Amino acid sequence: MSLAFEVGRRGSAATIRLTGRIDRDAGTVLEQAYTAAIAGTPSAVELDFVDVEYINSTGIALIVSLLARARAQGLPIRAAGLTPHYRHIFEITRLSDFIEIVQPIA
Amino acid sequence: MIVAMTDTIDASASVTRTARRTARRGDGESQPRSAVIDVRIDEGDPLLEFLRTAPGPLEIVALPAYSPAVARMREQGVRIVVPLVTSGELVGLVALGPRLSERTYSRTDRRLLDSLARYAAPALRLGQLMREQEAEARERERIEQELHVAQLIQQQFLPAELPELGGWHVAAFYRPARTVGGDFYDIIELADGRIMVVAGDVTDKGVPAALVMASTHALLRSTAAVSASPGATLRRVNDLLIPQIPLNMFVTCLVMVIDVETGRTQFANAGHNLPFVRRGDEVIRLEARGMPLGLMPGSRYDEIETVIEPGDIVLLYSDGITEQHDAAGEMFGFDRTRELVAGSASGDELVDRSVQALGAFAAGVEQEDDITLVTLHRGRTGGYQDTVSFTVPSEIGNEREIMDRVAAIVDDALPAIRLESLKTAVSETAMNAIEHGNHALPELDVAVTVRRSAEAVSVDIADYGRGRQHEAETPDLDLKLAGLQTPRGWGLFLVEQLADRVEEFADGDRHVVRLVMRTREGEAS
Repeated sequence: MSLAFEVGRRGSAATIRLTGRIDRDAGTVLEQAYTAAIAGTPSAVELDFVDVEYINSTGIALIVSLLARARAQGLPIRAAGLTPHYRHIFEITRLSDFIEIVQPIA
Repeated sequence: MIVAMTDTIDASASVTRTARRTARRGDGESQPRSAVIDVRIDEGDPLLEFLRTAPGPLEIVALPAYSPAVARMREQGVRIVVPLVTSGELVGLVALGPRLSERTYSRTDRRLLDSLARYAAPALRLGQLMREQEAEARERERIEQELHVAQLIQQQFLPAELPELGGWHVAAFYRPARTVGGDFYDIIELADGRIMVVAGDVTDKGVPAALVMASTHALLRSTAAVSASPGATLRRVNDLLIPQIPLNMFVTCLVMVIDVETGRTQFANAGHNLPFVRRGDEVIRLEARGMPLGLMPGSRYDEIETVIEPGDIVLLYSDGITEQHDAAGEMFGFDRTRELVAGSASGDELVDRSVQALGAFAAGVEQEDDITLVTLHRGRTGGYQDTVSFTVPSEIGNEREIMDRVAAIVDDALPAIRLESLKTAVSETAMNAIEHGNHALPELDVAVTVRRSAEAVSVDIADYGRGRQHEAETPDLDLKLAGLQTPRGWGLFLVEQLADRVEEFADGDRHVVRLVMRTREGEAS
């Protein structure tokens, strides 16, 4: 398994701490993580990328799908713990226009 | 307007009866029941405006008698004219001679003609438009076809890969105009180890230019095999070209022969743009005289000798750059080109900045001619360049192995953030090579060559495919989120965005994508 997750809570927001790689094998895990995160009807979902070592174009596509789903449900998505490189990729793909980028959780 | 009236003649012919026939009626059954009336109306004839605003069928006597067209129609026995007007535009007219019954036209006849005109005018206009569009489409298709052929011929003769020259860095840029001019360049390794650099431009465009380019190129190559003198080469190619080149065409061409060890260079010029050389803070121009090829038998060419010093950058360029106009009609010119040479620290940078500057200069204007830029940059340090090659089987997921191995080779050559950019570009390109180029067949390998020089890191990724899988559309997040584009399709976008330069070429049966990252961050565009 290339990706693992852990769902938590921060205030009214759900957090998904991701560990590993977001690439072609990550689809199911991301799906499970998201479903688990919204079970508690949170006000927002925060993806924590601090332990993500690799995201490729397929991973970006998976994040786009997740974002589309959250937007359909009116649920804001935030991203924490992105390295400068992946923050740059979020910017050039314009994901950062739709996902608020926040500082990693201490 | 006269063109539109051509349609009018056709349209009127089918609904026209002439007076002449009445006179001939007794002549036998083979007499035509109708004949074509000449209803041509010249541009400027006041009848045009009159008919455009006329209320319906009109007696010929009610038309302005001073109109030449009316006079002509009267002579032909026309009694009634029905203008065909739609959306305020006169698209044709129906002209009728006397009735066959020899009675005058009745009110019913007129009503009938009036409603006929009402229905016929838009239909006729539609028919005219369709015919115009079909003709335009056929013409466009013919032109596109020809351009495609010209492009194929031309690209066949551009070097797929620039050679490695110890201590020298060669960069080239070629972009054909839509109409395809006749630019070419080549780098030929001579028998004695020196190299011959050739840049040329055939006057004229399209297939004829491409064909002359092809034969000039062949003559240059075959002559280079027997003569290492640029002047003698041009003289011989000129004499061989004269009998076969069409009268109105000629070829400008610059030939340089360089000893890469010492920088000693001989060059000769057949009317081509003179190369610029950046040497320290100076920009000099290498001058040599000579007539373009294919104009005069027996032309002779000055042969000049010079030395390209360590650190020098030489720029060869076609007039597609200097003669490009901006929106206000001003030419790019030699001064701007010289400034670009003066302000560039490397050959790659000179190419990139020139392309950028020209793009900004000619914003909103079509590229008029082929653009060719070749830079030769003699390194200061000699032949310092590391090359590492390896191959990896085409198994899904191996793109990460390729990425990690490339990173290990170049990690001290690039600042961290640029190394990360290169890693993503490499992994995306490798994934494309594995999955699309080699169809994930493990028995096919992906070959990777990493080169490091003081200036740049380049990574060649080669597969057995026929080219990158070009995504049909630029990824657009708004469209993707709206469900109007698939969420996928980011790979090539990321590569283009993250690498400083992406090149593609064929190498035997391999297809190669080359990613280039400059080592100095300040030079990133």
